[in-house]
Amino acid sequence: MSKENKKHLLFNIIGWVMALLTLYPIYIMIVNSFKGRSEIFADVTALPSTYSFEYYTKAIDKMNFLKAFGNSLFVTAVSVIIIVILSAMSAWVLVRVKSKGITAIFYLYVVTMLIPFQSVMIPLTQYMARWKIDAINFSMMNSFWGLIFMQIGFRLSFSIFLYHGFLKSVPVSLEEAAMIDGCNHWQIFYKIVFPIMKPITTTVAILNVIAIWNDYLLPSLVLVNPELRTIPLSTFYFFGEFTIQWNLAMAGLVITIIPVIIFYIICQKNIIEGAISGAVK
Amino acid sequence: MNRKTKKRLVTGMFLFPALFIFVNVVIIPFVMGLVYSFTDWDGFSLVGTNFVGLENYIRIFKEEKFVNSFMLSFKFTFLNVILVNVGGLALALLVTQKFKGAKFLRAIYFMPNLIGGLILGFIWQFIFSNLFVQLGEKLGLTNIFFDWLDDPDRAFWALVIVGVWRMSGYVMIIYIAAIQNIPNTVIEASKIDGANVWQRFRSIMLPLMVPAFTIGLFFTVSNSFKQYDINLALTNGGPYGTTELITMNIYNTAFSHHQYALAQAKSIIFFVVIMVISVLQVSISKRKEVEM
Repeated sequence: MSKENKKHLLFNIIGWVMALLTLYPIYIMIVNSFKGRSEIFADVTALPSTYSFEYYTKAIDKMNFLKAFGNSLFVTAVSVIIIVILSAMSAWVLVRVKSKGITAIFYLYVVTMLIPFQSVMIPLTQYMARWKIDAINFSMMNSFWGLIFMQIGFRLSFSIFLYHGFLKSVPVSLEEAAMIDGCNHWQIFYKIVFPIMKPITTTVAILNVIAIWNDYLLPSLVLVNPELRTIPLSTFYFFGEFTIQWNLAMAGLVITIIPVIIFYIICQKNIIEGAISGAVK
Repeated sequence: MNRKTKKRLVTGMFLFPALFIFVNVVIIPFVMGLVYSFTDWDGFSLVGTNFVGLENYIRIFKEEKFVNSFMLSFKFTFLNVILVNVGGLALALLVTQKFKGAKFLRAIYFMPNLIGGLILGFIWQFIFSNLFVQLGEKLGLTNIFFDWLDDPDRAFWALVIVGVWRMSGYVMIIYIAAIQNIPNTVIEASKIDGANVWQRFRSIMLPLMVPAFTIGLFFTVSNSFKQYDINLALTNGGPYGTTELITMNIYNTAFSHHQYALAQAKSIIFFVVIMVISVLQVSISKRKEVEM
Protein backbone atom coordinates (compact mmCIF):
# COMPACT_ATOMS: atom_id res chain seq x y z
CA MET A 1 0.00 0.00 0.00
CA SER A 2 1.37 3.39 -0.86
CA LYS A 3 2.20 5.85 1.89
CA GLU A 4 -0.69 8.04 0.83
CA ASN A 5 -3.16 5.18 1.06
CA LYS A 6 -1.85 4.11 4.43
CA LYS A 7 -2.42 7.61 5.75
CA HIS A 8 -5.93 7.66 4.36
CA LEU A 9 -6.74 4.33 5.87
CA LEU A 10 -5.57 5.52 9.27
CA PHE A 11 -7.67 8.65 9.02
CA ASN A 12 -10.69 6.63 8.04
CA ILE A 13 -10.26 4.23 10.96
CA ILE A 14 -9.84 6.99 13.53
CA GLY A 15 -12.62 9.00 11.94
CA TRP A 16 -15.13 6.20 11.96
CA VAL A 17 -14.35 5.17 15.51
CA MET A 18 -15.05 8.74 16.58
CA ALA A 19 -18.20 8.75 14.47
CA LEU A 20 -19.39 5.57 16.16
CA LEU A 21 -18.80 7.13 19.56
CA THR A 22 -20.72 10.19 18.48
CA LEU A 23 -23.66 8.26 17.09
CA TYR A 24 -23.85 5.49 19.64
CA PRO A 25 -26.29 7.30 21.94
CA ILE A 26 -28.59 7.88 18.99
CA TYR A 27 -28.42 4.20 18.13
CA ILE A 28 -29.28 3.23 21.70
CA MET A 29 -32.21 5.60 21.68
CA ILE A 30 -33.66 4.33 18.42
CA VAL A 31 -33.11 0.66 19.13
CA ASN A 32 -34.82 0.77 22.49
CA SER A 33 -37.87 2.58 21.23
CA PHE A 34 -39.09 -0.58 19.57
CA LYS A 35 -38.56 -3.04 22.37
CA GLY A 36 -40.85 -4.41 24.98
CA ARG A 37 -40.05 -3.76 28.59
CA SER A 38 -38.48 -7.11 29.30
CA GLU A 39 -36.33 -6.86 26.18
CA ILE A 40 -34.83 -3.59 27.36
CA PHE A 41 -34.24 -5.14 30.72
CA ALA A 42 -32.45 -8.06 29.11
CA ASP A 43 -30.11 -6.16 26.86
CA VAL A 44 -30.04 -2.47 26.13
CA THR A 45 -27.58 -2.74 23.28
CA ALA A 46 -29.24 -5.44 21.23
CA LEU A 47 -31.34 -4.89 18.17
CA PRO A 48 -35.04 -5.36 18.79
CA SER A 49 -36.55 -8.71 17.87
CA THR A 50 -39.69 -7.12 16.49
CA TYR A 51 -40.31 -3.63 15.33
CA SER A 52 -43.47 -2.43 16.95
CA PHE A 53 -44.57 1.11 16.36
CA GLU A 54 -47.03 1.08 19.21
CA TYR A 55 -44.83 3.21 21.41
CA TYR A 56 -44.53 5.79 18.69
CA THR A 57 -48.24 6.23 18.26
CA LYS A 58 -48.68 6.37 21.99
CA ALA A 59 -45.89 8.92 22.35
CA ILE A 60 -47.26 11.17 19.61
CA ASP A 61 -50.58 11.14 21.37
CA LYS A 62 -49.29 11.68 24.92
CA MET A 63 -46.89 14.42 23.89
CA ASN A 64 -49.52 16.15 21.81
CA PHE A 65 -46.70 16.18 19.32
CA LEU A 66 -48.51 17.50 16.28
CA LYS A 67 -49.76 20.50 18.21
CA ALA A 68 -46.35 21.12 19.78
CA PHE A 69 -44.70 20.84 16.38
CA GLY A 70 -47.08 23.41 14.94
CA ASN A 71 -46.44 25.70 17.90
CA SER A 72 -42.66 25.42 17.56
CA LEU A 73 -42.91 26.01 13.83
CA PHE A 74 -45.01 29.13 14.25
CA VAL A 75 -42.90 30.68 16.99
CA THR A 76 -39.60 29.87 15.28
CA ALA A 77 -40.65 31.02 11.81
CA VAL A 78 -42.22 34.31 12.90
CA SER A 79 -39.37 35.11 15.29
CA VAL A 80 -36.64 34.42 12.77
CA ILE A 81 -38.32 36.38 9.98
CA ILE A 82 -38.75 39.44 12.18
CA ILE A 83 -35.23 39.12 13.58
CA VAL A 84 -33.74 38.99 10.09
CA ILE A 85 -35.64 42.02 8.88
CA LEU A 86 -35.12 44.18 11.95
CA SER A 87 -31.46 43.36 12.47
CA ALA A 88 -30.64 43.89 8.77
CA MET A 89 -32.36 47.26 8.84
CA SER A 90 -30.67 48.30 12.05
CA ALA A 91 -27.24 47.13 10.97
CA TRP A 92 -27.47 49.01 7.69
CA VAL A 93 -28.16 52.28 9.46
CA LEU A 94 -25.56 51.57 12.14
CA VAL A 95 -22.89 51.03 9.49
CA ARG A 96 -23.72 53.82 7.05
CA VAL A 97 -24.75 56.71 9.25
CA LYS A 98 -21.85 58.36 11.03
CA SER A 99 -22.84 60.09 14.20
CA LYS A 100 -22.07 59.86 17.89
CA GLY A 101 -25.58 58.74 18.73
CA ILE A 102 -25.50 55.96 16.18
CA THR A 103 -22.16 54.72 17.43
CA ALA A 104 -23.48 54.73 20.97
CA ILE A 105 -26.45 52.62 19.97
CA PHE A 106 -24.18 50.13 18.24
CA TYR A 107 -21.97 49.80 21.29
CA LEU A 108 -25.08 49.31 23.38
CA TYR A 109 -26.04 46.32 21.26
CA VAL A 110 -22.53 44.89 21.35
CA VAL A 111 -21.87 45.32 25.06
CA THR A 112 -25.19 43.78 26.08
CA MET A 113 -24.30 40.56 24.26
CA LEU A 114 -22.47 39.70 27.45
CA ILE A 115 -25.60 39.84 29.58
CA PRO A 116 -26.71 36.28 30.28
CA PHE A 117 -30.40 35.45 30.10
CA GLN A 118 -30.32 34.37 33.73
CA SER A 119 -29.63 37.93 34.88
CA VAL A 120 -32.73 39.21 33.16
CA MET A 121 -35.25 36.38 33.32
CA ILE A 122 -36.70 37.19 36.71
CA PRO A 123 -37.43 40.90 36.24
CA LEU A 124 -38.40 40.25 32.62
CA THR A 125 -41.20 37.87 33.48
CA GLN A 126 -42.56 40.25 36.05
CA TYR A 127 -42.26 43.24 33.73
CA MET A 128 -43.88 41.47 30.80
CA ALA A 129 -46.71 40.28 33.02
CA ARG A 130 -47.72 43.91 33.38
CA TRP A 131 -48.17 44.27 29.63
CA LYS A 132 -51.74 43.25 29.22
CA ILE A 133 -54.98 44.63 27.93
CA ASP A 134 -57.80 42.85 29.66
CA ALA A 135 -60.41 44.23 27.32
CA ILE A 136 -59.17 42.18 24.38
CA ASN A 137 -57.80 39.35 26.49
CA PHE A 138 -54.24 40.04 25.45
CA SER A 139 -51.20 39.40 27.60
CA MET A 140 -47.50 39.10 26.93
CA MET A 141 -47.25 36.17 29.24
CA ASN A 142 -48.76 32.87 28.23
CA SER A 143 -49.06 33.94 24.61
CA PHE A 144 -47.13 33.31 21.43
CA TRP A 145 -46.73 37.01 20.71
CA GLY A 146 -45.15 37.56 24.08
CA LEU A 147 -42.78 34.66 23.52
CA ILE A 148 -41.91 35.91 20.04
CA PHE A 149 -41.40 39.45 21.34
CA MET A 150 -38.95 38.22 23.96
CA GLN A 151 -37.10 35.82 21.65
CA ILE A 152 -36.55 38.69 19.24
CA GLY A 153 -35.35 40.96 22.03
CA PHE A 154 -32.67 38.51 23.08
CA ARG A 155 -31.34 37.60 19.72
CA LEU A 156 -31.21 41.05 18.15
CA SER A 157 -27.78 41.93 19.56
CA PHE A 158 -25.95 39.01 18.04
CA SER A 159 -27.81 39.19 14.72
CA ILE A 160 -27.13 42.91 14.39
CA PHE A 161 -23.51 42.22 15.22
CA LEU A 162 -23.28 39.65 12.41
CA TYR A 163 -24.94 41.91 9.84
CA HIS A 164 -22.80 44.84 10.92
CA GLY A 165 -19.59 42.90 10.46
CA PHE A 166 -20.65 41.82 7.00
CA LEU A 167 -21.90 45.18 5.85
CA LYS A 168 -18.72 46.98 6.83
CA SER A 169 -16.94 45.33 3.93
CA VAL A 170 -19.61 46.14 1.35
CA PRO A 171 -18.76 49.25 -0.71
CA VAL A 172 -21.17 52.18 -0.57
CA SER A 173 -20.86 52.83 -4.29
CA LEU A 174 -23.90 50.79 -5.31
CA GLU A 175 -26.09 52.60 -2.82
CA GLU A 176 -24.71 55.97 -3.80
CA ALA A 177 -25.43 55.25 -7.45
CA ALA A 178 -28.98 54.32 -6.60
CA MET A 179 -29.44 57.50 -4.64
CA ILE A 180 -28.29 59.58 -7.57
CA ASP A 181 -30.79 57.71 -9.68
CA GLY A 182 -33.50 59.00 -7.37
CA CYS A 183 -34.30 55.96 -5.22
CA ASN A 184 -35.47 56.62 -1.70
CA HIS A 185 -33.96 54.85 1.30
CA TRP A 186 -36.55 52.08 1.46
CA GLN A 187 -35.98 51.18 -2.18
CA ILE A 188 -32.23 51.18 -1.71
CA PHE A 189 -32.54 48.83 1.23
CA TYR A 190 -35.03 46.52 -0.38
CA LYS A 191 -33.56 46.35 -3.88
CA ILE A 192 -29.83 46.63 -3.25
CA VAL A 193 -28.66 46.23 0.32
CA PHE A 194 -30.78 43.29 1.45
CA PRO A 195 -30.06 41.11 -1.60
CA ILE A 196 -26.33 41.72 -1.21
CA MET A 197 -26.50 40.45 2.34
CA LYS A 198 -27.93 37.09 1.35
CA PRO A 199 -24.97 35.01 2.66
CA ILE A 200 -25.09 36.53 6.11
CA THR A 201 -28.88 36.34 6.14
CA THR A 202 -28.58 32.59 5.72
CA THR A 203 -26.19 32.46 8.65
CA VAL A 204 -28.37 34.63 10.87
CA ALA A 205 -31.48 32.68 9.96
CA ILE A 206 -29.96 29.26 10.60
CA LEU A 207 -28.31 30.14 13.89
CA ASN A 208 -31.53 31.68 15.17
CA VAL A 209 -33.69 28.79 13.97
CA ILE A 210 -31.55 26.28 15.86
CA ALA A 211 -31.48 28.39 19.02
CA ILE A 212 -35.19 29.21 19.12
CA TRP A 213 -36.40 25.74 18.10
CA ASN A 214 -34.42 24.11 20.91
CA ASP A 215 -35.00 26.75 23.57
CA TYR A 216 -36.50 25.44 26.80
CA LEU A 217 -35.89 28.06 29.46
CA LEU A 218 -37.63 31.12 28.01
CA PRO A 219 -40.75 29.28 26.79
CA SER A 220 -40.99 27.48 30.13
CA LEU A 221 -41.23 30.83 31.87
CA VAL A 222 -43.69 32.37 29.42
CA LEU A 223 -46.05 29.60 28.33
CA VAL A 224 -48.27 28.18 31.02
CA ASN A 225 -51.15 26.85 28.92
CA PRO A 226 -50.37 23.25 27.86
CA GLU A 227 -51.97 23.88 24.48
CA LEU A 228 -49.27 26.42 23.67
CA ARG A 229 -46.30 24.22 24.50
CA THR A 230 -43.40 24.11 22.11
CA ILE A 231 -41.56 20.87 21.47
CA PRO A 232 -38.93 21.20 24.24
CA LEU A 233 -41.69 21.90 26.76
CA SER A 234 -43.91 19.02 25.71
CA THR A 235 -40.89 16.71 25.70
CA PHE A 236 -40.02 17.78 29.21
CA TYR A 237 -43.48 17.08 30.63
CA PHE A 238 -43.83 13.90 28.66
CA PHE A 239 -40.52 12.55 29.88
CA GLY A 240 -41.31 13.48 33.44
CA GLU A 241 -44.57 11.59 33.29
CA PHE A 242 -43.30 8.42 31.63
CA THR A 243 -39.74 8.08 32.88
CA ILE A 244 -40.04 4.48 33.92
CA GLN A 245 -41.56 3.44 30.62
CA TRP A 246 -38.29 3.73 28.79
CA ASN A 247 -39.50 2.40 25.45
CA LEU A 248 -42.22 5.03 25.39
CA ALA A 249 -39.78 7.72 26.48
CA MET A 250 -37.28 6.74 23.82
CA ALA A 251 -39.95 6.74 21.14
CA GLY A 252 -40.92 10.23 22.20
CA LEU A 253 -37.34 11.43 22.00
CA VAL A 254 -36.85 9.91 18.55
CA ILE A 255 -39.96 11.71 17.30
CA THR A 256 -38.62 14.96 18.67
CA ILE A 257 -35.33 14.56 16.85
CA ILE A 258 -36.75 13.57 13.46
CA PRO A 259 -37.64 17.10 12.29
CA VAL A 260 -34.19 18.32 13.28
CA ILE A 261 -32.47 15.49 11.40
CA ILE A 262 -34.58 16.08 8.30
CA PHE A 263 -33.82 19.79 8.44
CA TYR A 264 -30.14 18.96 8.85
CA ILE A 265 -30.03 16.55 5.92
CA ILE A 266 -31.69 19.06 3.64
CA CYS A 267 -29.73 22.14 4.65
CA GLN A 268 -26.58 20.46 5.86
CA LYS A 269 -24.16 22.40 3.72
CA ASN A 270 -25.78 25.71 4.58
CA ILE A 271 -25.92 24.95 8.26
CA ILE A 272 -22.28 24.09 8.60
CA GLU A 273 -21.16 26.97 6.48
CA GLY A 274 -23.49 29.27 8.39
CA ALA A 275 -22.06 28.11 11.68
CA ILE A 276 -18.54 28.70 10.39
CA SER A 277 -19.12 32.28 9.34
CA GLY A 278 -21.14 32.98 12.46
CA ALA A 279 -18.31 31.78 14.62
CA VAL A 280 -15.64 33.70 12.79
CA LYS A 281 -17.43 37.02 13.16
CA MET B 1 -39.02 68.99 4.83
CA ASN B 2 -35.36 69.38 4.08
CA ARG B 3 -33.02 66.52 3.29
CA LYS B 4 -31.32 66.38 6.63
CA THR B 5 -34.54 66.06 8.58
CA LYS B 6 -35.79 63.46 6.14
CA LYS B 7 -32.64 61.44 6.57
CA ARG B 8 -32.95 61.63 10.35
CA LEU B 9 -36.55 60.48 10.14
CA VAL B 10 -35.73 57.51 7.95
CA THR B 11 -32.79 56.58 10.16
CA GLY B 12 -35.08 56.67 13.12
CA MET B 13 -37.69 54.50 11.43
CA PHE B 14 -35.12 51.91 10.51
CA LEU B 15 -33.80 51.75 14.02
CA PHE B 16 -36.90 52.19 16.10
CA PRO B 17 -38.72 48.81 15.98
CA ALA B 18 -35.63 46.81 16.91
CA LEU B 19 -34.61 49.32 19.54
CA PHE B 20 -38.07 49.31 21.08
CA ILE B 21 -38.16 45.56 21.48
CA PHE B 22 -34.55 45.40 22.63
CA VAL B 23 -34.89 48.09 25.26
CA ASN B 24 -38.01 46.54 26.72
CA VAL B 25 -36.75 42.97 26.74
CA VAL B 26 -33.13 43.47 27.76
CA ILE B 27 -32.26 46.96 28.98
CA ILE B 28 -35.22 47.78 31.20
CA PRO B 29 -35.39 44.36 32.91
CA PHE B 30 -31.63 44.40 33.43
CA VAL B 31 -31.70 47.79 35.12
CA MET B 32 -34.76 46.78 37.12
CA GLY B 33 -32.98 43.61 38.16
CA LEU B 34 -29.98 45.58 39.27
CA VAL B 35 -32.14 47.75 41.47
CA TYR B 36 -34.18 44.83 42.82
CA SER B 37 -31.03 43.04 43.91
CA PHE B 38 -30.54 45.74 46.52
CA THR B 39 -34.05 45.40 47.91
CA ASP B 40 -36.28 42.81 49.55
CA TRP B 41 -38.50 42.56 46.50
CA ASP B 42 -41.07 39.79 46.69
CA GLY B 43 -41.13 39.15 42.99
CA PHE B 44 -44.41 40.84 42.29
CA SER B 45 -45.18 44.41 43.19
CA LEU B 46 -43.04 47.33 44.23
CA VAL B 47 -45.41 48.15 47.03
CA GLY B 48 -43.86 47.45 50.40
CA THR B 49 -40.41 46.78 48.96
CA ASN B 50 -37.58 48.19 50.99
CA PHE B 51 -34.05 49.05 50.12
CA VAL B 52 -31.71 46.68 51.93
CA GLY B 53 -28.36 47.61 50.46
CA LEU B 54 -25.81 44.84 50.26
CA GLU B 55 -27.71 42.47 52.52
CA ASN B 56 -28.69 40.10 49.70
CA TYR B 57 -25.14 39.93 48.44
CA ILE B 58 -23.74 39.16 51.86
CA ARG B 59 -26.37 36.48 52.36
CA ILE B 60 -25.69 34.65 49.15
CA PHE B 61 -22.00 34.29 49.86
CA LYS B 62 -22.84 32.75 53.19
CA GLU B 63 -25.22 30.30 51.58
CA GLU B 64 -23.42 27.01 51.23
CA LYS B 65 -25.54 25.79 48.37
CA PHE B 66 -24.84 28.86 46.27
CA VAL B 67 -21.11 28.72 46.85
CA ASN B 68 -21.15 25.02 46.00
CA SER B 69 -23.06 25.60 42.80
CA PHE B 70 -20.62 28.31 41.84
CA MET B 71 -17.61 26.14 42.51
CA LEU B 72 -19.24 23.30 40.62
CA SER B 73 -19.90 25.54 37.64
CA PHE B 74 -16.30 26.72 37.69
CA LYS B 75 -15.07 23.15 37.75
CA PHE B 76 -17.50 22.19 35.00
CA THR B 77 -16.46 25.14 32.83
CA PHE B 78 -12.76 24.49 33.36
CA LEU B 79 -13.06 20.84 32.34
CA ASN B 80 -15.29 21.66 29.41
CA VAL B 81 -12.96 24.32 28.10
CA ILE B 82 -10.03 21.94 28.01
CA LEU B 83 -11.80 18.84 26.74
CA VAL B 84 -14.03 20.56 24.20
CA ASN B 85 -11.26 22.65 22.68
CA VAL B 86 -8.73 19.84 22.53
CA GLY B 87 -11.36 17.49 21.16
CA GLY B 88 -12.71 20.04 18.72
CA LEU B 89 -9.21 20.83 17.48
CA ALA B 90 -8.39 17.15 17.04
CA LEU B 91 -11.59 16.56 15.09
CA ALA B 92 -10.96 19.64 12.96
CA LEU B 93 -7.45 18.47 12.15
CA LEU B 94 -8.77 15.07 11.19
CA VAL B 95 -11.58 16.36 9.06
CA THR B 96 -9.44 18.87 7.15
CA GLN B 97 -7.16 16.12 5.88
CA LYS B 98 -7.97 15.27 2.32
CA PHE B 99 -9.50 11.84 2.32
CA LYS B 100 -12.75 10.41 1.16
CA GLY B 101 -15.46 10.62 3.75
CA ALA B 102 -13.99 13.61 5.55
CA LYS B 103 -16.97 15.79 4.74
CA PHE B 104 -19.41 13.10 5.82
CA LEU B 105 -17.59 12.63 9.12
CA ARG B 106 -17.69 16.37 9.63
CA ALA B 107 -21.46 16.33 9.33
CA ILE B 108 -21.71 13.51 11.87
CA TYR B 109 -19.53 15.23 14.46
CA PHE B 110 -21.56 18.42 14.24
CA MET B 111 -24.91 16.71 14.66
CA PRO B 112 -25.16 16.56 18.48
CA ASN B 113 -25.00 20.33 18.48
CA LEU B 114 -28.27 20.62 16.60
CA ILE B 115 -30.27 18.64 19.08
CA GLY B 116 -31.66 20.53 22.03
CA GLY B 117 -29.81 20.20 25.32
CA LEU B 118 -32.92 18.94 27.04
CA ILE B 119 -33.32 16.00 24.66
CA LEU B 120 -29.64 15.15 24.91
CA GLY B 121 -29.91 15.12 28.68
CA PHE B 122 -32.79 12.67 28.55
CA ILE B 123 -31.03 10.33 26.11
CA TRP B 124 -27.97 10.21 28.30
CA GLN B 125 -30.06 9.75 31.41
CA PHE B 126 -31.29 6.54 29.86
CA ILE B 127 -27.75 5.51 28.97
CA PHE B 128 -26.29 6.17 32.39
CA SER B 129 -29.09 4.59 34.33
CA ASN B 130 -29.68 1.58 32.10
CA LEU B 131 -26.86 0.83 29.70
CA PHE B 132 -24.22 1.42 32.33
CA VAL B 133 -25.92 -0.81 34.86
CA GLN B 134 -26.24 -3.61 32.33
CA LEU B 135 -22.66 -3.22 31.14
CA GLY B 136 -21.49 -3.46 34.71
CA GLU B 137 -23.41 -6.66 35.32
CA LYS B 138 -22.45 -8.28 32.03
CA LEU B 139 -18.77 -7.41 32.17
CA GLY B 140 -18.52 -7.82 35.90
CA LEU B 141 -17.08 -4.32 36.21
CA THR B 142 -19.64 -3.01 38.63
CA ASN B 143 -17.27 -0.53 40.16
CA ILE B 144 -16.87 1.26 36.83
CA PHE B 145 -20.22 0.68 35.23
CA PHE B 146 -23.16 1.45 37.46
CA ASP B 147 -25.81 4.12 37.52
CA TRP B 148 -23.56 7.14 37.53
CA LEU B 149 -26.47 9.40 38.27
CA ASP B 150 -26.77 7.95 41.77
CA ASP B 151 -23.34 9.10 42.79
CA PRO B 152 -22.52 12.81 43.22
CA ASP B 153 -19.02 12.54 41.80
CA ARG B 154 -19.92 10.38 38.86
CA ALA B 155 -23.04 12.38 38.13
CA PHE B 156 -20.85 15.45 37.75
CA TRP B 157 -18.66 13.59 35.27
CA ALA B 158 -21.81 12.51 33.46
CA LEU B 159 -22.61 16.20 33.00
CA VAL B 160 -19.11 16.83 31.68
CA ILE B 161 -19.35 13.94 29.23
CA VAL B 162 -22.64 15.14 27.80
CA GLY B 163 -21.39 18.72 27.65
CA VAL B 164 -18.28 17.70 25.76
CA TRP B 165 -20.26 15.41 23.44
CA ARG B 166 -22.49 18.30 22.57
CA MET B 167 -20.08 21.21 22.20
CA SER B 168 -17.14 19.58 20.47
CA GLY B 169 -18.89 19.66 17.11
CA TYR B 170 -19.46 23.39 17.16
CA VAL B 171 -15.94 24.20 18.29
CA MET B 172 -14.66 21.86 15.60
CA ILE B 173 -16.38 24.09 13.05
CA ILE B 174 -14.59 27.16 14.38
CA TYR B 175 -11.23 25.45 14.04
CA ILE B 176 -12.04 24.12 10.59
CA ALA B 177 -12.66 27.68 9.43
CA ALA B 178 -9.35 28.78 10.92
CA ILE B 179 -7.40 25.92 9.39
CA GLN B 180 -8.93 26.55 6.00
CA ASN B 181 -7.91 30.17 6.28
CA ILE B 182 -4.23 29.34 6.53
CA PRO B 183 -2.82 30.06 3.09
CA ASN B 184 -1.45 27.02 1.36
CA THR B 185 1.61 28.96 0.31
CA VAL B 186 2.78 29.23 3.89
CA ILE B 187 2.44 25.50 4.47
CA GLU B 188 4.18 24.68 1.20
CA ALA B 189 7.04 27.05 1.96
CA SER B 190 7.59 25.44 5.32
CA LYS B 191 7.60 21.99 3.72
CA ILE B 192 10.31 23.14 1.31
CA ASP B 193 12.25 24.46 4.25
CA GLY B 194 12.19 20.97 5.68
CA ALA B 195 9.71 21.34 8.51
CA ASN B 196 8.11 18.09 9.64
CA VAL B 197 4.47 17.64 10.64
CA TRP B 198 4.94 18.49 14.30
CA GLN B 199 7.03 21.60 13.54
CA ARG B 200 4.52 22.77 10.98
CA PHE B 201 1.74 22.35 13.48
CA ARG B 202 3.46 24.01 16.38
CA SER B 203 5.23 26.92 14.76
CA ILE B 204 2.96 27.81 11.89
CA MET B 205 -0.55 26.56 12.35
CA LEU B 206 -1.01 27.20 16.05
CA PRO B 207 0.15 30.83 16.06
CA LEU B 208 -2.05 31.62 13.05
CA MET B 209 -5.02 30.03 14.75
CA VAL B 210 -4.91 32.13 17.89
CA PRO B 211 -7.94 34.23 16.86
CA ALA B 212 -9.89 30.99 16.55
CA PHE B 213 -8.75 29.94 20.00
CA THR B 214 -10.08 33.23 21.34
CA ILE B 215 -13.47 32.46 19.84
CA GLY B 216 -13.44 28.81 20.86
CA LEU B 217 -12.49 29.64 24.44
CA PHE B 218 -15.02 32.45 24.68
CA PHE B 219 -17.77 30.25 23.33
CA THR B 220 -16.98 27.31 25.62
CA VAL B 221 -16.63 29.47 28.72
CA SER B 222 -19.87 31.37 28.32
CA ASN B 223 -21.90 28.34 27.24
CA SER B 224 -20.57 26.16 30.05
CA PHE B 225 -21.45 28.70 32.70
CA LYS B 226 -24.92 29.20 31.31
CA GLN B 227 -25.62 25.46 31.09
CA TYR B 228 -29.16 24.64 32.21
CA ASP B 229 -31.00 22.31 29.82
CA ILE B 230 -28.59 19.38 30.14
CA ASN B 231 -28.36 19.91 33.88
CA LEU B 232 -32.13 19.78 34.20
CA ALA B 233 -32.69 16.76 31.99
CA LEU B 234 -29.71 14.65 33.02
CA THR B 235 -29.54 15.07 36.77
CA ASN B 236 -32.03 17.74 37.79
CA GLY B 237 -29.46 18.72 40.37
CA GLY B 238 -29.41 15.23 41.83
CA PRO B 239 -28.56 13.17 43.59
CA TYR B 240 -29.89 15.34 46.41
CA GLY B 241 -28.83 18.67 44.91
CA THR B 242 -25.18 17.74 44.51
CA THR B 243 -25.01 18.53 40.82
CA GLU B 244 -26.82 21.82 40.82
CA LEU B 245 -25.00 24.17 38.49
CA ILE B 246 -25.30 27.89 38.92
CA THR B 247 -28.18 28.58 36.53
CA MET B 248 -30.27 25.91 38.19
CA ASN B 249 -29.44 27.38 41.55
CA ILE B 250 -30.59 30.84 40.47
CA TYR B 251 -33.72 29.41 38.86
CA ASN B 252 -34.67 27.36 41.91
CA THR B 253 -33.98 30.19 44.32
CA ALA B 254 -36.43 32.33 42.40
CA PHE B 255 -39.14 29.98 41.22
CA SER B 256 -39.07 27.19 43.81
CA HIS B 257 -38.04 29.02 46.96
CA HIS B 258 -39.62 32.31 45.89
CA GLN B 259 -36.65 34.35 47.10
CA TYR B 260 -36.74 36.66 44.16
CA ALA B 261 -34.47 39.48 45.32
CA LEU B 262 -31.89 36.97 46.49
CA ALA B 263 -32.01 35.15 43.16
CA GLN B 264 -31.60 38.42 41.34
CA ALA B 265 -28.53 39.26 43.41
CA LYS B 266 -27.10 35.86 42.48
CA SER B 267 -27.75 36.51 38.81
CA ILE B 268 -25.98 39.88 39.00
CA ILE B 269 -22.93 38.20 40.50
CA PHE B 270 -23.20 35.64 37.71
CA PHE B 271 -23.22 38.43 35.14
CA VAL B 272 -20.21 40.13 36.71
CA VAL B 273 -18.23 36.89 36.73
CA ILE B 274 -19.01 36.16 33.10
CA MET B 275 -18.15 39.70 32.12
CA VAL B 276 -14.83 39.68 33.96
CA ILE B 277 -13.78 36.31 32.58
CA SER B 278 -14.81 37.19 29.04
CA VAL B 279 -13.06 40.55 29.04
CA LEU B 280 -9.92 39.08 30.62
CA GLN B 281 -9.84 36.17 28.25
CA VAL B 282 -10.38 38.24 25.11
CA SER B 283 -7.76 40.83 26.04
CA ILE B 284 -5.16 38.18 26.82
CA SER B 285 -5.87 36.39 23.58
CA LYS B 286 -5.81 39.56 21.53
CA ARG B 287 -2.32 40.27 22.75
CA LYS B 288 -1.17 36.94 21.46
CA GLU B 289 -2.70 37.17 18.04
CA VAL B 290 -0.28 36.99 15.19
CA GLU B 291 -1.37 38.99 12.21
CA MET B 292 -0.26 37.89 8.80
